[in-house]
Amino acid sequence: MITLDCLGRKCPLPVIELAKNIRNVGVGEVVRVLADDPAAANDIPAWCRMKDQEYLGSPEKDAFDVRRVS
Amino acid sequence: MDAATAVPLHPVAAEALVAALADGWADPSRLYSASRRAQQLSDAATAVFAETLGVRPDEVSLWSSGTQAVQAAVLGGLAGRRRQGDTLVHSAIEHSAVLHAAQKGQSMQVGVDRLGRLDLAAWDAAVSAPGVALASLISASHEAGTVQPVAAASDYCAEAGVPLFVDAAQSIGHHPVPPGWSMLSASAHKWGGPPGVGVLVVRKGVRWISPYPQDDLYRPGATGALDLPAVVAAAASLRAVLAEAGAEAARLSALVDRIRDRVPATVPDVEVVGDPVDRLPHLVTFSCLYVDGEALLHALDREGFAVSSGSSCTASTLRPSHVLEAMGVLSHGNVRVSLHRGTTAEEVDRFLTVLPGLVEKIRKEAGM
Repeated sequence: MITLDCLGRKCPLPVIELAKNIRNVGVGEVVRVLADDPAAANDIPAWCRMKDQEYLGSPEKDAFDVRRVS
Repeated sequence: MDAATAVPLHPVAAEALVAALADGWADPSRLYSASRRAQQLSDAATAVFAETLGVRPDEVSLWSSGTQAVQAAVLGGLAGRRRQGDTLVHSAIEHSAVLHAAQKGQSMQVGVDRLGRLDLAAWDAAVSAPGVALASLISASHEAGTVQPVAAASDYCAEAGVPLFVDAAQSIGHHPVPPGWSMLSASAHKWGGPPGVGVLVVRKGVRWISPYPQDDLYRPGATGALDLPAVVAAAASLRAVLAEAGAEAARLSALVDRIRDRVPATVPDVEVVGDPVDRLPHLVTFSCLYVDGEALLHALDREGFAVSSGSSCTASTLRPSHVLEAMGVLSHGNVRVSLHRGTTAEEVDRFLTVLPGLVEKIRKEAGM
């Protein structure tokens, strides 16, 4: 798993970081995005749906886990 | 292209406004001839609202904005049912005017699906619960355009004995609203009337108690003098707009279909949101991945296009649109396009031509 620290960064930057870095993990592996912009909780799952990746949920406040599936 | 916020004054409204400024300046409640003339104008305008909305003239009240009419409906409707309960049931996609009024007391929110349509089973359960005083449903989403199941929702309210308020600001003048509601509000500057006129209908038999100090006449309405010339212009323009509404809806709906087709075909990673068919004829919303909504708004403004956005960076609250959140769709890079009678096919085509390049440039700057 890799962790992307996007705390303090405004949307869409956390989603851009996620899109850029998902290639750096293998299929089946997880990217954790740390983001406190209020749009992240909505837009990270929406990105997963649009880009056919798996949203695993928010294990804690301001953290969002995404599994690369393609 | 932001008709959902306000449209330019309809020529009929401009004409009526100038005439009424000369003819309708007096306070209608006095007993001299200029007042009687003002009273006649006021009665005639009310009669037009009653006729066009299919209600009785004494069910129509006039307010100094659509927002004020909404607040009067929610707060007055809750006050009228205080003995039955204190809870307002509302959809998750109401206009913020309803949500702010809801914060004055107890409320219960009902969700929507991915297309932005009310969850009717949850609505049924919510309005049937004990202690519900009032229910509130927007006629069609002001952000996604999806038409709401007002008829079915009003049936559930009737079964539960709960009055239903419908905020029809986005529909009146564009799209019919089915009957069955207890209260309905509209806003003149969204159909081509002047800003500063809100209409509220409270049907006979619905208990409504003013949330504001009232005058000696005990008639519902805004406190203080009404902007009668603006009211006259609003009524005249509504009649004119409705006379051409069918043809305009067909024309604008075809332009919206063109946008719904072309944007995903020419811009990669775009989500067009809302119901593609059961929607307002003049409104379409889409979100572009990796795009800062504010940057896109400014880029479009420089090209001469006025659009709105539900992205957090464009909102006064710095939160994403509660409507897009409730639908679970992308909120950044969001653009709402809403058309009106002055919008031409050529303008829409030019918008569709410049958009892909603007999005590409913003993405490139972000390293995407």
